[in-house]
Amino acid sequence: MSRKPEAESAVDVDPVAFAPPVVRFDKVSMRYGAGPPILNDISFDLAPGSFHFLTGASGSGKTTVLRLIYLGDRATSGRIELMGRDVATLGRRERPALRRRIGVVFQEFRLLSHLSVFDNAALGPRIAGRKPASYRADVAELLAWVGLGDRLHAMPDALSGGEKQRLAIARAVVNRPDILLADEPTGNVDPAIALRILRLLTELNRVGTTVLIASHDEDLVARAGKPVLHLSDGRLTRFDPAARESPQ
Amino acid sequence: MSADSAKWWPAPLLPRRDGGAASLFFVVAVLSFLASLSAIGGLAAQRAAEGWKDQLIGSATVIVRASATDTPDAASARAAEVLAGVKGVSEARALDKATADALIARFLGPEPLPDDVPVPRLVAVDLDAAAPATPAALAAALKAAGVDATVEDHGPWAAQIMRGAALARWLAIALLAVIASAAAAVIAFAARQGLSARADLVEVLHLAGATDGFIARLFQLRFARTAAQAGIVGAAVAVAAAAALRQFGAGQSLTALLPITWTDLAAPLPWPLIAGLIAAVAARATVDAVLKRSP
Repeated sequence: MSRKPEAESAVDVDPVAFAPPVVRFDKVSMRYGAGPPILNDISFDLAPGSFHFLTGASGSGKTTVLRLIYLGDRATSGRIELMGRDVATLGRRERPALRRRIGVVFQEFRLLSHLSVFDNAALGPRIAGRKPASYRADVAELLAWVGLGDRLHAMPDALSGGEKQRLAIARAVVNRPDILLADEPTGNVDPAIALRILRLLTELNRVGTTVLIASHDEDLVARAGKPVLHLSDGRLTRFDPAARESPQ
Repeated sequence: MSADSAKWWPAPLLPRRDGGAASLFFVVAVLSFLASLSAIGGLAAQRAAEGWKDQLIGSATVIVRASATDTPDAASARAAEVLAGVKGVSEARALDKATADALIARFLGPEPLPDDVPVPRLVAVDLDAAAPATPAALAAALKAAGVDATVEDHGPWAAQIMRGAALARWLAIALLAVIASAAAAVIAFAARQGLSARADLVEVLHLAGATDGFIARLFQLRFARTAAQAGIVGAAVAVAAAAALRQFGAGQSLTALLPITWTDLAAPLPWPLIAGLIAAVAARATVDAVLKRSP
């Protein structure tokens, strides 16, 4: 479990270390129907502004963890807190507001093929009900930042895999979310593009976004040098002390 | 901000072209055509019935039997004279033998009857529309004048016609209700299919923070617009068909039964709006119900 502040007078206190976790899993288990458990008593915290990798073999439960965080599923048992809210107590009408604080990037991009690059990237503010004039410039700037400034009106089918993933990242972060989840974001791109995407995610983390990347790309994980949560057979079997997760 | 992005305006979140859109458009247009024809036909049938009723209750027929001392012509002329003086009668005309024979010929054939067959004479009575004379008043006047006659007031016929008209009106309303229900069912089915076909889009919208209401509104507006447009097409075709019947069917038996007027052609005008509203309600209810079951 997360630690409580020990002494307010302490000099070298890292404020992040004592901030409430952005994500907290407390003995969370998950199974679909009568199937075998996908997750088994998982507990961990993600501090604000932290950067973690979630690793494990295919079927180990990485995607399920992400789905539980972005409210795509409900846990079978245990408690999940997002930004201090127990998700089990969230009403259906409260979920969209929480989801807007979570950006999600998928391996298969999940871009809307009938919308242009600009329309895809502008999805978040549009759904939030903002007027186009209030976010046009932000979206254009964001797309320039991810290297798509010259592809604003291109359709997703005309983009390369790397461009699609960068667009997916732009779409995920356009609302400046507190948490960015990425499910195998480099799975469909070549190594050079994978590094570029990693740099983008690292930059986002530097400006305060909590990042959790599910990946089985060991090279990428090693190169990033970030804390790792490792899932195996539904259990969190590896604990990285630097990540400040709960002991298993 | 580049000049490109400055000109940007949001594109529709639902794809403009959808697989089942053309089929749905066709079905709703056909339903709209049928609904419009029902409305026009219902109005025309109501008018026909009212016209027949007005003719029947605005008149009476008196059957005059000549006495031993009168000729049939004299008896009917006297009856007409008596009836013309009754309050509530605007005109009374004794029909001549040829007219009486012509009426009887419908039942006995065209051959002339022998002269010794006592054919009753008829007096056609037009009643005052504002305060018509009652059959009893007519009979009393005839009796007082010593005329042997029977007053036929057409009341039973008028009642039957009005019963038929009421039935036709309810049938038209029922038909409209059935068509509206069918339209709602078709829209609900299409909305469910559309939602299923666009599950990926719906998930992306949810992940981006869209509320159920936001997503439902997208489908609601799409289906309402499609139904309204199909409603316009169906109603326009029905109006054209009815206008053609009105213009070119004059004197035919169908136009006698359904006397369509030009103003009747306005009856389908509300249908596109109604179709749009039905679609909006059906699509919204369907999508809301489906989304409520999602995580």
